[in-house]
Amino acid sequence: MHIFLEQLINGLTIGSFYALIALGYSMVYGILKLINFAHGDFFTLGSYLGYTVLVFGVAASTTHFGLWGGLMVAMTIAAVSLAIVGIVVERLAYRPVYPAGRLPAVVSALGASIFLQNAIMVIWGPRYQAYPSSLIPNVHLQIGDIHLSVLQLLILVLSFFLMGMLFFIVQKTTFGAAIRATALDRKTASLMGININKVIFFVFTLGPALGAMTGIMVGMYYRQISFTMGWNYGLKAFTASVLGGIGNIPGAMVGGLLLGVLEMLGAAYISTAWKDVFVFLILILVLIFRPTGILGEKVAEKV
Amino acid sequence: MELRQQNNQRRLLDFGHPQIVLIVSAFILYPFFVSDYLIDIAFFFGIYALLGLSLNIVLGEVGLFDLGHAGFYAIGAYTTAILNTRYGVPILVLLPVSAIAAGLFAYLVCSPIIHLQGDYLLIVTLGMGEIVRLALINNPFDLTGGPNGVFGIDFPSLGTWFVIDSSIKYYFLIWIVVALSIVGLTRLQQSRIGRAWNYIREDEIAAKASGVDVRSFKLLAFILGAGLAGVAGNIYASKLMCVSPESFTFWESCLMFCIVLIGGMGSIPGVIIGAAFISLFPEIFRPFAMYRMLVFGSAMILMMMFRPGGVWPRKRGAVSFTSLLSTNGREHG
Repeated sequence: MHIFLEQLINGLTIGSFYALIALGYSMVYGILKLINFAHGDFFTLGSYLGYTVLVFGVAASTTHFGLWGGLMVAMTIAAVSLAIVGIVVERLAYRPVYPAGRLPAVVSALGASIFLQNAIMVIWGPRYQAYPSSLIPNVHLQIGDIHLSVLQLLILVLSFFLMGMLFFIVQKTTFGAAIRATALDRKTASLMGININKVIFFVFTLGPALGAMTGIMVGMYYRQISFTMGWNYGLKAFTASVLGGIGNIPGAMVGGLLLGVLEMLGAAYISTAWKDVFVFLILILVLIFRPTGILGEKVAEKV
Repeated sequence: MELRQQNNQRRLLDFGHPQIVLIVSAFILYPFFVSDYLIDIAFFFGIYALLGLSLNIVLGEVGLFDLGHAGFYAIGAYTTAILNTRYGVPILVLLPVSAIAAGLFAYLVCSPIIHLQGDYLLIVTLGMGEIVRLALINNPFDLTGGPNGVFGIDFPSLGTWFVIDSSIKYYFLIWIVVALSIVGLTRLQQSRIGRAWNYIREDEIAAKASGVDVRSFKLLAFILGAGLAGVAGNIYASKLMCVSPESFTFWESCLMFCIVLIGGMGSIPGVIIGAAFISLFPEIFRPFAMYRMLVFGSAMILMMMFRPGGVWPRKRGAVSFTSLLSTNGREHG
């Protein structure tokens, strides 16, 4: 039983990574029906920026603000920079392509992804980079039989806080209603006086910013980052957002957490080598029986 | 009757157009004037052209989002590799075998998912492609050789007097296959099947309402597309003499997707241009070293900005009354 619980916690940890990245995919998809392939690279870029701040600015920031302060500085710098990058990519690579329809935007997104990935390689070099190891004290908490590291606790608290914030914004505020309305029907929403550009601005700043913070958390958790990791996380997160019902914001959270938990349980009880196969099989099975994902609503076909 | 025959002949090879004769002769003469390195680049251009043509059936003709096409390519390559190294089956015999294996695989995995729409189909095919790659890495039944793959695949040969063992022979092998595929696919585009596919792409519900068996036609597209990718896999495996899971990543599927979209959906000349872009561009920009992929990424974005429909979009041909009569005559008469 305690193996199950520990795997559950590990699963929730990586599941919250997936969920936070999946939110970026899902928000953009909801508003623009665009699969933002560059999103995984936003995440990587955030991770590298955080790495630079923590390694080179760590003395300055931690002496001034303490350990947690230094971490917050890194998170903030990465999030703000990525919000800017997100907007720049949207303006340069996506906006000119929207009128042409959905598929050209896919190629444009892949182009942006290649560009960002190689820009990271040119700037930081093709080798793996290691996050500073002594950042968070390596202390384990013992709750019953279960070990829980402080880092894991931090990641869980922070990501649930971020998800909660986003959930609140989207579900409870007026602006959130505008976002949901735009996702449902962009044209009608704009006729109702919703400023679509503001909504697009919001999803392209908040999504990458969340991705950047996730990047730092992943860096701290695994200690090792590479310029190609965006593909892998992006793929998983995109899978998670489809699993939950793409375009649906609570769906992305549920899908991400579920994917992480399934992956860890699959690794523990089936086999480590086959865990990803297991995850994709579950995805395919879910989509065969619920073709619009777990929380996705069935959209009537227009004739 | 006389008119019809003329019409058919013209459509088959289009000798009426001097530019086609010119392009074909350029392709024939090219390898005799350049180094082996440049011939090999043209060989891989051919492989991507064939892969682009194969995905074009699914994505371009029917409009089904398939982002796992590398999976079919892998099935073809591994079928060739395993049967050749274990049982010594000749490569040329394995060419149709690989195509059938990939087509059969497509039939089995696509039957339950063919009803999915748009992006959901995309993610499921993506997952299918990843499952194939991960399975190859995990070496089931000790068949696939794990991450290292399978080594020591033969040259294609007929007895001892005809062996394809040099760059130039491989070049002709791939481009002859591409040329045959182009002829076949052009014919298919104009056939009843091609028209049904395009109908589904333009308006699935209307197609269904007018009696097109949407499910079967979609499956047929997947099977043919996968079969052609299997052929590409066969030639690729024997050219490289080894196959490994790295060659069949999600990235390859993305490249194929880009080939079709850069060229123009459903446009055969477009696919060839798209394949040229994807395979030649990184070679041409080799002097830029580590910056070349930055240029590549930006070029993809610029291309979609200025030619969103592709470099050579498919022209909506107005079907002439006489050609309709003649095809109907052929099918029912």
